[in-house]
Amino acid sequence: MLIKILFNRLLQAISMAVAVGSLTFFLVRSLPGDIAYKVAAGRYGDDGVSTEAANAVRAELGLDQPIFEQYLNWLGNLFQFDLGNSLVSGLPVIDEIQHQLGYTALLAVCAVILASFIAIPLGLLAAKKPKKVIDQTSLYTSSFIRAQPVFSLGLILTIVFAIELNWFPVAGFGSTEFLILPVLTLAISLAAVSNRIVRDSAIKVLNSQYYQFAKIKGLKEPKLFLRHGLKNMAIPIIAFTGMQFIGVIEGVIMIESLFAWPGIGHALSHAVFARDIPMLQGTALMMGILFVFINTLTDACCALLDPRGEKVKQGENA
Amino acid sequence: MCPKVIKFSYHKVFGSLFILSCLLLNGCVKPPKENTIVISGPFEAINLDPATTGYIFQRLEVLQTLVNVSQTGELTSGLATHWKSVDQGKNWQIQLKDKVLFHNGKTMTASDVKQALQIAMRKPGPLKLAQIKTITIKDDLTLNIELTKAYLPFPSILTNYSTAVLAPESYAQNGEVNQLLATGPYKITEFTPPHRINTQLFEQYWAGQPAIKEVEYITGHRSESRAMMVKTRQADIVYNLDPASLNSLNQASQVKVNLTEIPRTIMLKLNLAEPALADLNVRQAINLAIDRTGITQGILKAPNSEANQIFGPVLSQWHIPQQAAIEQNLATARQLLQQAGWHLNKQGIREKQQQPLKLNLITYANRPELIVIATAIQDQLSQIGIKLAVNMENSSAIPSGHADGSLQMALIARNFGTIGDPLGLILAEFSSLDGGDWGPMNWYNPQVSALLNQLPQQTNPEQYRQTAQQIAKLVMADLPLIPIAYYQQSSAVNQAVEGFSFDPFERNFNISKMSVVNHAH
Repeated sequence: MLIKILFNRLLQAISMAVAVGSLTFFLVRSLPGDIAYKVAAGRYGDDGVSTEAANAVRAELGLDQPIFEQYLNWLGNLFQFDLGNSLVSGLPVIDEIQHQLGYTALLAVCAVILASFIAIPLGLLAAKKPKKVIDQTSLYTSSFIRAQPVFSLGLILTIVFAIELNWFPVAGFGSTEFLILPVLTLAISLAAVSNRIVRDSAIKVLNSQYYQFAKIKGLKEPKLFLRHGLKNMAIPIIAFTGMQFIGVIEGVIMIESLFAWPGIGHALSHAVFARDIPMLQGTALMMGILFVFINTLTDACCALLDPRGEKVKQGENA
Repeated sequence: MCPKVIKFSYHKVFGSLFILSCLLLNGCVKPPKENTIVISGPFEAINLDPATTGYIFQRLEVLQTLVNVSQTGELTSGLATHWKSVDQGKNWQIQLKDKVLFHNGKTMTASDVKQALQIAMRKPGPLKLAQIKTITIKDDLTLNIELTKAYLPFPSILTNYSTAVLAPESYAQNGEVNQLLATGPYKITEFTPPHRINTQLFEQYWAGQPAIKEVEYITGHRSESRAMMVKTRQADIVYNLDPASLNSLNQASQVKVNLTEIPRTIMLKLNLAEPALADLNVRQAINLAIDRTGITQGILKAPNSEANQIFGPVLSQWHIPQQAAIEQNLATARQLLQQAGWHLNKQGIREKQQQPLKLNLITYANRPELIVIATAIQDQLSQIGIKLAVNMENSSAIPSGHADGSLQMALIARNFGTIGDPLGLILAEFSSLDGGDWGPMNWYNPQVSALLNQLPQQTNPEQYRQTAQQIAKLVMADLPLIPIAYYQQSSAVNQAVEGFSFDPFERNFNISKMSVVNHAH
């Protein structure tokens, strides 16, 4: 059954790649403004952008070719696994994405893991005595943190940990110490929501009839929680974490900008301004594939934890 | 309700983990290395090509050009020792420095320079202004360059980063730059586009050995981040800082803040084909409605940088020292509009023949102060009855709007220092009705054009200065561009760095003249 899910997802990923790339191409081409000028500004900067530079870019990149011809070229290259070169830097798109998406993925994975380490215990503590001090404090703190733009949270952490305590560097990349502040900022922001999901999920399970029945039946706490609580409350948490992971990759731009982190969010914003179509297509395509992968992983984890849905389907098919 | 195992472990485990992390992480920041400096700026190095990223590599002293510019704007010797024209600017002889080595250890020859210039000619850049016809090699250290027509500012074109000399091994077959083998005192050791460049002292450098051994350039996208980097000693030099960050850095004990006037002017570009803007009275009214003091003090936090002419004090040949300041005078501005036939309607907007005086102004996001200034101007013009719509664009909208004629007004920060002597740019943009992408639009003054065309032949410096200032006066009388403020480049430097000076022409960080006195915390 799992193989069937994976096969279906592979087909989805391929069709999604073509659809996302095509959509990006036509949407970018429909934006107002002359692409040659935008690319020239991206390449030569404010002081170097001119009509002469734009004409040179147009001639070099064949931007005066019919749009459909350009699209077919891209599609032909895609089927040869060639994402082309960036219109701005001239470097292969795959190299740029590998570099930048790699850094964003590292940031996102670390942030989601750290967020889980913060959110799960906090959520369970809050669920232990709902509407009491810990739960209420967690609610107000979470709401306060979520109300902050992630940028200002990052600034506060930088002022405390980089300027006052001088524990971590302010910005940059290349070694572990540069990772800590951006990860901490993202993780706190994510945990502010996910601890409430954990709390709600835990309360639902702990108050459920099957949990209460197991308790009355005489099962002791560690075994009771591990056997009947953990698995049941994990399913919505895993599903939510998967969504959060996707959200982080999409919305990490402010963190990357603040901490001078060379991620895909910042690269993508520059590509939009410069109308760097191959870069936009390549990034959208790779992110689409990544999202299909994360969703598949989330579904597979949920299916492993709770095989009931699959058994029902198998029963229906029998 | 909650299992005991949870109740117990989380408090203890997390408490212990927190204390342990604090202990481990305290002092996580590595101390700076000896004789190494870290520079952070907002600009991204997108590739190795001098035509696109040369302005960063030149500042980092990786690239060198044939001719240099001193901090006061004079042309000085670079990789060329001498240059001369035997026929008033059509044929040039360039004498190269001897024993200059590229970063791959090979000696620079006239043939290498010829190849570098030929490749630069194929790419966009100011070299096209010179219209080179042929480049011939006289001997190993001498080049003859023939231009299509006489062009005396030619040597100043050779100061631009796009004309930097690279070793032939730097280029691929198609002229793309694969590796940057140049002649500067620093060579690239690691290039992680677009965020980091690491360089190291080139030990065979032809002009001695600087004290700084290694340099790291980090793209710091946000001004706040760069300010904090220099405050915590993570960076030694940062530049392009916003006024709020400057206030905070001024109070930091180990940081020195500099404001350097550069040849960049914030100004309004006007399309004189627009019926309203074609009238000098309207242009003068706009000029008088602007509160330059308010803009420089309130927005730019740079008092005394109000512009009273197009060319700033750094461009000493073109700047008129005795020119009076332009004070805001709303009464005269209103009177000028009235004289021009623009009367106030019931909505408080000027109109003429039932056409309201509504204009569009575009500006661009890369310089965040421009949008704030644009909205201030919008408010100031509304006080004399001009309705201005402000649109935020990409910088390419300026040349694009100039080319298709759609631009009405634009707020720009024009750099006159991209080549050593601005004559090349001024000649190209101020002597014809076409104007320039970043210059006048649909404006022509035959007197200015005639004087400009005399200037390249002028060899007497005093005569040159007088003619240049006469041109500047005529331009200001016509107002095809309205000056707002002169740009002051902000930078902050660690007190441990000695020998720092900010190059107003933004060509050089002067790393090779610096040293670090005490890099310990």
